[in-house]
Amino acid sequence: MTHLPYFVAAYLLLMGLYGVTTSRNLIHLILCLTVVQAATYVVLAAVGYRPGATAPIFADISTHRPAVDPVVQALMLTDIVVEATVVALLLAITVQIKKRTGDVDPDRVDEFKG
Amino acid sequence: MEFPWRDVAPLPVVVPLGMAAVLAGLGNYIPRRALDIAALLTSVGTVALSLILAAGTVHAPLIYWFGGWKPDARHFPIGIGWVIDPISAGLAAFVALQVTLALLFSWKWFRVVKSLYHVLMLVFLGAMCGLCLSGDIFNLFVWFELMTAAGVALCGYKCHEEGPLQGALNFAVSNSIGAYVTLVGIGFIYAFTGSLNFAGIAAALAARPPPPLFLACVLVFVCAGFLVKSAVFPFHFWLADAHAVAPTPVSVLFSGIMVELGLYAVARIYFGMFAPVFTPHVEAVRVLLLAGGAATALLGAMECFLQHHLKRLLAFSTISHVGLMLIALALLSPAALAGFLLYAFAHGLIKACLFICAGILLHRFGSLDEHVLHGQGASIRGIGVLMVVAALGLMALPPYGTFFASNLVDYARHSEREWIQGVYIFCGALTGGAVVRFALRAFFGLGLKAPVAQATPQHEARETRGDYDRVPIPMALAGGLALALGVLPVALPAYRAAFHTYAAALIGTHLFSAAVLGGPPASIAPSPLLPKLDYWPSLTSLAFALVLVWSVLVPVVRRGTHAVFETWRRFQHFQTGRVGDYVAWLVAGLAAWAALLAVQMR
Repeated sequence: MTHLPYFVAAYLLLMGLYGVTTSRNLIHLILCLTVVQAATYVVLAAVGYRPGATAPIFADISTHRPAVDPVVQALMLTDIVVEATVVALLLAITVQIKKRTGDVDPDRVDEFKG
Repeated sequence: MEFPWRDVAPLPVVVPLGMAAVLAGLGNYIPRRALDIAALLTSVGTVALSLILAAGTVHAPLIYWFGGWKPDARHFPIGIGWVIDPISAGLAAFVALQVTLALLFSWKWFRVVKSLYHVLMLVFLGAMCGLCLSGDIFNLFVWFELMTAAGVALCGYKCHEEGPLQGALNFAVSNSIGAYVTLVGIGFIYAFTGSLNFAGIAAALAARPPPPLFLACVLVFVCAGFLVKSAVFPFHFWLADAHAVAPTPVSVLFSGIMVELGLYAVARIYFGMFAPVFTPHVEAVRVLLLAGGAATALLGAMECFLQHHLKRLLAFSTISHVGLMLIALALLSPAALAGFLLYAFAHGLIKACLFICAGILLHRFGSLDEHVLHGQGASIRGIGVLMVVAALGLMALPPYGTFFASNLVDYARHSEREWIQGVYIFCGALTGGAVVRFALRAFFGLGLKAPVAQATPQHEARETRGDYDRVPIPMALAGGLALALGVLPVALPAYRAAFHTYAAALIGTHLFSAAVLGGPPASIAPSPLLPKLDYWPSLTSLAFALVLVWSVLVPVVRRGTHAVFETWRRFQHFQTGRVGDYVAWLVAGLAAWAALLAVQMR
């Protein structure tokens, strides 16, 4: 077992967060958010990995063969679904903001200062 | 024949989600009033179902396994379990009650596009009930995410205005980042324990305690999303933006229950999974949570008093009271947890009442700014009186639940940490005083009429239609009902004692583990004694609030206090409204929390 996947996940997490923090474009910001999310997938996949194991689908193979952990894959799938909803919502909000203001810069709003 | 508890168990989630699906499908064909009635009946039904569950579990918690799948030690840990006890079911009933009040308020609400609003409210209700009842960390996370998704959509519901869109954006991005960190934490904990069930994780951690650094990081990571949701410093920035711009009935739910649920999840996570393995480090966790709670409470209270826009004022007040609740939780004892739960119930209803009053002001005058409204509210002084009466609850005066709750917290600190009482008095006075000041200016025309030069918009689009000269009866009814329900049950000593009993049961992980993992049947012990009531802190808070309000409204004194408020105003610079800044705070805050915990656990 190598630690490489965890380093990749940490890299994705930090790069995504950097992007979200410094973004000047809402669509770019939302895509950076999905990069952060990708880090969680890498972590989950790495957690479930077993050396020499196959995919946990036993339709045409012996049930005694080692397989990777199906629970984390179920977690990942659930999370993809939920996050797809949130990203869709965010993009819809961006479309509305563009319609209202003609701009997609998250820095422009100053209604919330103070 | 025994009552089929097991069949009722999933209904508080199934009923609202099912009705949401039906209304979404039929949205084009049913008239507005039918939608209102269907949604109201569903939420009232959910209250009833949750109360039935609470009544059925008074002697022992009920563990419900979905589809009969139950993990066992020899096989793969597949199976999602719910833990239903009077606290989780009671909280679900409270969620449904708040949704009922919000729906009652929105009877006169006009911006209804087909059935979208009602569907979203019911999905929000179902998700919150699921969060209350879940006993599985990933299941808890999924409900939390569904709650975020429905909450964001509701927050940005007024999608023709800029403010709500930006508020929803800040809400979604901040909470999503928190959720990702939580998910990473869940991944780590699953890798270490091979279980997702609270009891299973607790047993695995106790059998093979991980190194302290790992424990510290995992606890902070798993709690991250929930701390963001409950707006604990420095994860709180999004809340003021989102709560202030959301439609009024949605603000009622955000402040009335959603933030409290974040802290409840933290309590469940800590006591359900980590408490046994953290036994040697309990002081480290306590110091961390107390520091977070105190910072949140003080910052929220000071910012609250500076606000002139009622909804934003109430949003900061919510942040401050979240801090007070976190302080209660941080003491990590049965009495303190009982205090936290009692506080959450009481504060939720007071905030619901105050937000409903804000909605009524918006309906009548189309503004929420203290200076714009100056003296205008004279025609509906009854609402002003209601606001002042509700504000007394924020100062923890009897007969409000907050009074009994702060007494429990006072009792739970065992004459140590005197400063906790000071923070309660100070924050109660500032948040309550801010509401009293607003009411005296807006409804009674006290104080000078200052020139309006705030960044906040003076007039905002109304959310309601109809006769603007009258206060609609459903709105006033919802406000009065919120206040009455906040006061009446706590008068019963048995009701308060129940909190104490079941808080002790929630902390008694062994009870819960026995029920989940099999073993001897556990029963809930009788309640400990309630502490003696102390009236002085509340009265001090009231006196302080009156002095503050007087000092702001009377011009001569005002100059003297001006300097103090100018100092506080510096904190406002951090509230930039930029989501990027909020995320930077969030990441720095998480690192600081984990480092603080790890250093203390060394």
